[in-house]
Amino acid sequence: MIPAPFDYVRADDAAAALAALGEHGDEAKLLAGGQSLLPLMKLRLAMPSVVVDVSHATDLRYVRTDGDALAIGALTRHCDVAADKTVRQELPMLAHVAELVGDPQVRHRGTIGGSVAHSDPSADLPTALVALGASYVVQGPSGERVVPADEFATGFLETVLEPDELLTEVRVPLGVAGWGYEKFTRRAIDWATVAVAAVRRDGETRIALANMGPTVLRAAAAERALATGAGTADAAGSADEETEPGNDVTASSDYRRHLARVLTGRALAAASA
Amino acid sequence: MKLSLTVNGTQHDIDVEPRTLLVHALRDTLDLTATNIGCDTTSCGACTVLVDGESVKSCTVLAASVAGQSVTTMEGLAQGDTWHAVQQGFRDCHGLQCGFCTPGMVMAAVSLLAENPKPTADDVRHGLEGNLCRCTGYHNIVAAVLSAAEASK
Amino acid sequence: MSILGTRVLRVEDPKFLTTGGVYADDLRDPRLAGAGHVTYVRSVMAHARITVDAQAARELPGVIAVFTADDFADLDPPPPPMPFIAPALARPWLTKDVVRYVGEPIAAIVTEDRYAGEDAAEMVSIDYEPLPVVVDPRAAATDEVVLHPAHGSNTALAFETGQLEGLFDGCEVVVRREITNQRVAPVPLEVRSAACAWGDDDRLTFWASTQSPHGARDFIAGALKLDKDKVHFITPDVGGGFGAKFSVSVEDLLLAVMAQRVGRPMRWVETRTENLLGMGHGRAQLQTVTIGGSRDGKIEAYSLEVLQDTGAYPHFGAVLPFMTQMMATGVYDIPKLAVRTRSVATNTAPVLAYRGAGRPEATAAIERAMDLFAAEIDLDPAELRQRNLLPPERFPLTTPAGANYDSGEYAKALQAVLSAAGYDDLRAEQRRRRESGDRKALGIGVSVYVEITAGPEAGEEFARVNVKPDGSVVVYTGTSPHGQGHSTSFAMIAAEELGVPVERVTVVHGDTDLVARGGGTGGSRSLQLGGSAVHKGSLETVEKARDLAADMFEAAAGDVVLDKARGGFSVTGSPDEFRSWAEVAADADAEHGLIVDTDFQAEGATFPFGAHVAVVEVDLDTGQPRLIRHVTVDDAGPVLNPVIVEGQRHGGIAQGVSQALFEEVLYDADGNPQTTNLADYAFPSAAELPDFDLVEMATPSPLNPLGVKGIGEAGTIGATPAVQNAVVDAVAHLGVQHIEMPTTSERVWRAIREASS
Repeated sequence: MIPAPFDYVRADDAAAALAALGEHGDEAKLLAGGQSLLPLMKLRLAMPSVVVDVSHATDLRYVRTDGDALAIGALTRHCDVAADKTVRQELPMLAHVAELVGDPQVRHRGTIGGSVAHSDPSADLPTALVALGASYVVQGPSGERVVPADEFATGFLETVLEPDELLTEVRVPLGVAGWGYEKFTRRAIDWATVAVAAVRRDGETRIALANMGPTVLRAAAAERALATGAGTADAAGSADEETEPGNDVTASSDYRRHLARVLTGRALAAASA
Repeated sequence: MKLSLTVNGTQHDIDVEPRTLLVHALRDTLDLTATNIGCDTTSCGACTVLVDGESVKSCTVLAASVAGQSVTTMEGLAQGDTWHAVQQGFRDCHGLQCGFCTPGMVMAAVSLLAENPKPTADDVRHGLEGNLCRCTGYHNIVAAVLSAAEASK
Repeated sequence: MSILGTRVLRVEDPKFLTTGGVYADDLRDPRLAGAGHVTYVRSVMAHARITVDAQAARELPGVIAVFTADDFADLDPPPPPMPFIAPALARPWLTKDVVRYVGEPIAAIVTEDRYAGEDAAEMVSIDYEPLPVVVDPRAAATDEVVLHPAHGSNTALAFETGQLEGLFDGCEVVVRREITNQRVAPVPLEVRSAACAWGDDDRLTFWASTQSPHGARDFIAGALKLDKDKVHFITPDVGGGFGAKFSVSVEDLLLAVMAQRVGRPMRWVETRTENLLGMGHGRAQLQTVTIGGSRDGKIEAYSLEVLQDTGAYPHFGAVLPFMTQMMATGVYDIPKLAVRTRSVATNTAPVLAYRGAGRPEATAAIERAMDLFAAEIDLDPAELRQRNLLPPERFPLTTPAGANYDSGEYAKALQAVLSAAGYDDLRAEQRRRRESGDRKALGIGVSVYVEITAGPEAGEEFARVNVKPDGSVVVYTGTSPHGQGHSTSFAMIAAEELGVPVERVTVVHGDTDLVARGGGTGGSRSLQLGGSAVHKGSLETVEKARDLAADMFEAAAGDVVLDKARGGFSVTGSPDEFRSWAEVAADADAEHGLIVDTDFQAEGATFPFGAHVAVVEVDLDTGQPRLIRHVTVDDAGPVLNPVIVEGQRHGGIAQGVSQALFEEVLYDADGNPQTTNLADYAFPSAAELPDFDLVEMATPSPLNPLGVKGIGEAGTIGATPAVQNAVVDAVAHLGVQHIEMPTTSERVWRAIREASS
C-alpha cells in the first residue's frame, strides 16, 4: 500500500504554508502529522498531486493562556497536549482526551489541528472541542477568521476550510465547572464506536457525540432537556435524537443509539460530580 | 528527491521518490530490514522506530518528513555488545516467538520507558496498545518490559 | 542434573533482538539481484465473468511484464492442494473467464520495484459481468448456484458416522441448538512472501514463508513437472504461520513460472489487505448440536451436524470435519454418537487450517452443548462435566468416534483448574453481584478438552545427528519452526543424550539441500515426532560412537560407557582411558565427523488435554464483556523447556480468547469482504487481555520416548469455549441461553434485550 505519486513541498512556517496553498490551490493537501492523511493516501482514497508538509512549522506548535482562553497552535501534537502542564491544570478534559487518540505512536505524530481539519466524525479531539465550545482560527489570503467548533464540519471529512486556508490555532475557553468523556471501543487502539463529551459551565451543559452522524454532533435534545430542568437520566434518554448513526462492522445503528444514551448518562454523571 | 536521513547515528544521503514511506527508505534503500511491515493501516506497529527518541509508525511517515531528524531502529539500539535493557528483558522473559513484531514492539517499549520509567503492568499494556503480536498473547511481553524497567532503576 | 525440564533461554533470540529475523522480504541474497517485483491484480467481485485488458499497464514505465490466464494456457493446471479434493475444484494459475471470490488473482504484474507495481495494478482494466453469488453455506448446499460447473455440485466432501435416527430414544432430556463456529483469519504478522531464482544448472532456488519446506518443494516440483532434486527450497525466518502457511499457494508457484519466462529472479510480498482477502481463513463451520441424557446429569447421546464452508476453491478446509468428527465426544464418556458433515464451496476466500484445524470446532461444540444441557437440568456446569468425564482407568481407549486416546487425567485437570481459580468463591461473588444488582456482572466459564496432535495417522520425522571433529554437534531436523524454538529444544535433547553442553549444539532446519526429508511444523507435531527423532538419533549416535571408541580402546563395546559429565567415552573400571566426542568423531571421519541419520516412527497420534476457567465481567448497560482472568491446565506430557511451553500456552490462549470475544471475517450478501485490514479485523492488543494463570500438570504419553504430546494448539482449543461459556454465564440469570461468537458487546446487549422481552 503506497501513495500515488505527488510533488512534495516543505513549509516550515505558517507563511510558507499559506504561500504554497496559494500556489497549488485544491491540487494540494496539507500534511501535518499525517496520521489520518497518509493512511488515506496509501489506500489511494486521497491522491493529492502536491503535498505541503507542515510538520516542521514550529511557529504553530504552542500552548499559551490568552485571556480567558487557552490558545493551542494547530501543529501541537497530541502527546504534547496531553503532557502540557497548563492544559492539564486548566483543561484536564483536553489532556485526557488527547491521550485517548490512537496509540502512543500516533500521538507522537498527530496534531490537534490535523485532527480538527481532517474532521472525522469518530475522532476524539473534535468531539471534545465541540463540547468545550472551542473555536478555530483560520488564516487565508484575505486574512484571519474565527470559526466556532460546532460550525466547522460541513459533512463527512468536510469542513468550512477553503483550499487556500490554513487552520492555525485552536482556542478553548477556560472555566469548565465539570466534564465527562466516555469513549466506547472494541480495542484501545480503535476509533470510537461512539464517544460522548459533556462539559458543564456557567449553568449550561454542552454534549457532543462522536460517530453518531457524518460530523460530530451536539446532543441537542438532551441539552434542551437539561436546560429545562430534566434530570440526567431523562436527558441521556434523548441523547440519540436527531442523530443518524451508521451501520458498520463495529456496530449497528441501533446499538450506537443505545450506546449514545448510556454513555451520555455516564458523561453527565461525571460532569456533575 | 534528495534527502539526508540520520539513522542509528549515521547520516545517509539518499535519492527517493517524494512518496517514499520511511519504512521503505529504511528497508529498501538502506537495507535496514529489522523494521517490518505487518499491515497497511497503521494498526500493527511492526514498523515502529524512534524519531528523535519517540516511537512512530514508519509506515505512516514520509521519509521526506524526517529529513534532518534522528531515526533509531532496533539495529541501532545496542551499544556495541551491550544490549538495551528492553532487549535483555525480551530475552530473559521469552517476550518473542516468531520475532516479526519484535523490532516494533521493542522500539515501542523503549519509547514507553523513556516517558514512563516506572510503569505498572497496566501502563505497559496500554502503552503497547499500538503493537500487535499474534504469538505470545502479550503475557511475556508485559513481563519483559516490566523487567527492563526494573533493571534500569 | 538433566537439562530437560529446565528453563533454557532461547538460542534463537539474540538475532531477533539485534539485527532482526531474516524473513522472505528481507532476503538480500545475490541470487536475487535484479529480481522483478510481482504484484497480483485481484478480483473486486465475488462471482462474475470477466474480460481483462492489461495493455495500459504494460506500457507504464518500470513494468517488465504483465501476465494473464492466457499466458499460462500451455501449462497443465496446478494440482489439487490436498488429497480427496477433486481436480475440477482446484485453483487455476490465474483465473480466466470467471472469478469466484473477492481477492482471486486475475493478473500478475512484474515491475522493477514495488512502487511501480501498485501503480500498474491500477491500470489493468477488468470488465465484470456479475453472476449470482452464494455466500451462505446453507444456500450453497442446495446447488442453486454452482461455483464449479465441471464438478457439478458445490459439495466437495460429505460423510456420516453413526446413526442419527433414533439416537436420542430413551433420553429424558434432549437439547438441540445451532451454533456458528465463525470464520476467522489466521493473521500471521508476516504476510505471505516468496522469492525464487533459476540457476545456470536449471535448478530452481525457492524461498517462501512456509511451515513445511519439503512439502513445498514437492508441491512446486510436482506442479512444474520437475524432479525434486531440481528444486532447492529454503525457508527463511517465518513470521508466524498458525496452520495457514502449511502449504505454498498458487501465487507462490507462479513466481517460478514467471521467473522462467522473464529470465529474472522474482520476489513477491503481499499486502495485509491481500492477506486478509486471499491467504485463506479458518474455522467456518455451521454446527447443529444435539445432546441427550438423564435428568440427573448423565449424558447418553450426542450428535453433531457440520456444514463446513470451504470457500471458493476447497483446500484444507474441506477436510476439517474429519478432525471435528474424530474429537466430537471430547473428554466425555458418551456411549452413542452420530456425526454428519458436508463441506461446500461458496464465493468466499478458501478455508485453510488454522491453529487447531477441526479440533477447536469439535471442542467448542461439545463444551457449549454441555453448558446448554447443564442449564436445562439446572446443574452447575462444572459438576455436569465431572459426572461425565472419562476416568483414567479406562485408558488407553477407543472413543465412539474412533479415536485412540493414549492417556488422560481429565478429572484431575478439571479439579486442579477449579481449585486454582477458586471456583466456589467465584460463584459466591457472582451471586453477591446478582443479588446486589451490580451492573458489572461476573461470568464464569469452564471447558475441559482433549485434542489430537501429530495425527490423525501415526506420524514420522527425520533427524540427522552430526558430531563434528571439533566436538560440536549439528542436529538436522525435518520440522520447520517459526517461533516454536526448536533450535533450543532440540539442542537440549541432543545435549542431554550425548553429554555435550547445549551451547555446542546447533540445529539446522528449513533447507531441502541440507535436510534430507521432513514433515514440517504443524498440527503440534514437532516435539513428539521431530524431538523424538533427535532423541532416537542421539541414542543411535551414542551407540555408533561407543563401537568406534571400543575399537580405539581395543575394548569390548559392552565395557565402554558414555561419560556425560566429561563429554566422551571411557572404559568401565579404567576412567583414565578416555576419548572425547571430538576424538571419536574425528576417528569416524576427519572431515565430517560422525553422522547418524534416523527416522522416528510414532505408534500413533497423541491426545493432549486440559481444563480452562475463564472469568469475564460484563457491563450490563453496554453489553461489553471483558476477560479478567483465565486459568488453565494444559497437559501435554512432560515439559522439556518450561519457557517455551509457557509461551506456546500463552499465545494459544490469546488466540482462543480472541475467537470468542473479537474476531470474525465478514462478507456481505454479495460476497464483499467487510474485514479487509487490521482496523476492521480486530484482534486484541495487550490492552484487551489479562495475564494468564497457568497450572502445571504432566501426564506422559506412552507413544514416544519423551512421553510428550503437542502443546501448540492446546491453549487455543481450551480457551475459546471457556470464554464463550463465561460470557453466556454472566447474563444467564437474565434468561440468556446462548450467544454466538464473537460475543461482541452488541451481541451481548441484544441477547439481554431479547431475553427480557
